[in-house]
Amino acid sequence: MRVWTLLKVYSFLVYTFMFAPIAVVLLLAFNNSQFGGFPIEGFSLRWFVKLYENEAIIRAFRTSMSLGVLTALISTTIGVLASLALVRYQFRGKDFITTFLISPVLVPETVLAVGVLIFLRWLSMPRSFLLLLVGHSIIALPFVVLVVQARLVGIKREYEEAARSLGANPVQTFFQITLPLLMPAVFAGALFAFTISFDNITATIFWRPAGMETVPTQIFGMLRNSISPEINALGFVMIVITVGVPVMAGGLARYFSRKKT
Amino acid sequence: MARVDLKNIKKSYGAVQAVKQADVTFEEGSFTTLLGPSGCGKTTLLRMISGLETPTSGDILVGGKRVNDVPIHKRNLGLVFQNYALFPHRTIGENIAFGLKYRGVSKSDTATKVTEALDIVRLPGVEDRYPTQLSGGQQQRIALARAIVIEPDVLLLDEPLSALDANLREDMRVELKAIQHRIGVTSIFVTHDQSEALAMSDKIIVMSAGRVEQVGAPEEVYNNPASEFVASFLGASNILEAKVISKDAKNIVLDAPHFGKIPVPLAQAQRMGDAPSGKLVIRAEKLRLADKPGDTNTVSANGVVEAVDYQGQIARYFVRVGDIQLQALNMIESRPFAIGAEVSVVLKTADCALLPAGA
Ligand SMILES: Nc1ncnc2c1ncn2[C@@H]1O[C@H](COP(=O)(O)OP(=O)(O)OP(=O)(O)O)[C@@H](O)[C@H]1O
Ligand SMILES: [Mg+2]
Repeated sequence: MRVWTLLKVYSFLVYTFMFAPIAVVLLLAFNNSQFGGFPIEGFSLRWFVKLYENEAIIRAFRTSMSLGVLTALISTTIGVLASLALVRYQFRGKDFITTFLISPVLVPETVLAVGVLIFLRWLSMPRSFLLLLVGHSIIALPFVVLVVQARLVGIKREYEEAARSLGANPVQTFFQITLPLLMPAVFAGALFAFTISFDNITATIFWRPAGMETVPTQIFGMLRNSISPEINALGFVMIVITVGVPVMAGGLARYFSRKKT
Repeated sequence: MARVDLKNIKKSYGAVQAVKQADVTFEEGSFTTLLGPSGCGKTTLLRMISGLETPTSGDILVGGKRVNDVPIHKRNLGLVFQNYALFPHRTIGENIAFGLKYRGVSKSDTATKVTEALDIVRLPGVEDRYPTQLSGGQQQRIALARAIVIEPDVLLLDEPLSALDANLREDMRVELKAIQHRIGVTSIFVTHDQSEALAMSDKIIVMSAGRVEQVGAPEEVYNNPASEFVASFLGASNILEAKVISKDAKNIVLDAPHFGKIPVPLAQAQRMGDAPSGKLVIRAEKLRLADKPGDTNTVSANGVVEAVDYQGQIARYFVRVGDIQLQALNMIESRPFAIGAEVSVVLKTADCALLPAGA
């Protein structure tokens, strides 16, 4: 019994240690103080206003948003098509392609980032937004593939076969039957991809063209000077986006599926 | 409606020969059953007719036209699966209307046809429900409605009743047969349940290990099996190894162990030819147990009851006769024979079928 009590206390402390910083950021975002730390001197939204007025941050935010949305779009499209091929069709080299698609998760991001840069130098291509987008898509792709594949395996082939027998060609069958049944996984995959891109810093630092900042690299840059309270406000916004969007989407999905049955 | 011909069909998956050889005809408007044990190639054959699989060699003809290269969505076939396969994200109405969409049927005609189809399967008014809101039997009726509403040339059913419980299965098979009879669609029905096959079919195709063993009407397949496999697969049969002693214009006379001389009518021994020895097939329910030896049209041997499987009105007996064990399925007249009872095992020679040894 004593052991269990100890274990409980220990776990509690570990979690506190892990989550306290997040709580601190959330709390300090509203602190009416010149410095980004304790003590709390009163409630204020001034750092959010300051944030909104900071052009560099707004630009970084825009970049991150469009990068995230496009990454989600690209990696989801490719991921769905790849999963479809891998689950529904038999062909040579299937195992190899599966490993290849999943490999970005296994390779350390730094290695991947450096590798791509060397490759670009060899092709004498400059770094660009497009490269960043392709890179993020590669990093997000395995997650989309894993999520979509898992769901696709559970969708019985008979649905598609029934649709075909009733007169739908393969493309019609995909849009009428497979895709609607796959939608929850497509949605989850897209959210994953967005969050992964929105959060990414390691590879982004290597790949971004000169002068381009995403939210994480911007924060990283600001931190080098001082811990401005603006960063706390920005942290708050990021947490709201990366946690809030999936939670909201999950809620919506559940609401719609309940309406149906 | 159309007839279906399979010409010299073979199908291999790598080293596995799922269908070794099939040459069969499904007559227009008939109800034909593919019957056989698990893994004998029934589903594979059905999927080749549907276009979901391509035969390794041979031709498939629907209505006299070769369809090997016609993709499934252009074959106009109705498909019914064991697990219904109703689209879970569509209402019942949308499920049934699915195939009509691709046939250029107008909106108002679609509504009429859907209502008609639901009437045929006796489930009117469920258009707006989702598949999960129906029971298994109801879902299977909807699947049937979805398949027949497109007025298919051929209706293909792969063990459609297997997922239902026993009582419902018997009701559904009567109903399915009635619907088929009414709309007259050529139907090919896959099952491994012999009673389903006997009850529903115009013709039964018995398959074993990728080959067709026998094709015939239910009574024919049941009473005059072409091989030991068919005899034992359709109900319980006893097989007696016997030597031919003599042959006359009416009978082949056998010498069977323990039973002695058995004259088998020639009509029951058409496959026998001039073989010197054979296998005498006698169905368990045709083997009668009696207290004393029977009349002259019968043959008997003495035996001891070793086990009894009591089933209410009937009982299945396992009887030891010398070194062989026989099965007998008998109506119970007053009370069943007890284990250890000494009985006379009686058979009517007209109930036997004689096969050459090795069939
Ligand atoms: N896609 C496939 N790849 C490899 N082998 C297969 C494939 N489909 C079927 N087989 C093999 O072909 C043989 C026949 O299979 P089939 O599904 O036609 O049997 P079945 O008669 O329908 O059996 P059941 O009553 O169990 O449904 C089996 O040995 C099976 O393992
Ligand atoms: Mg099967």
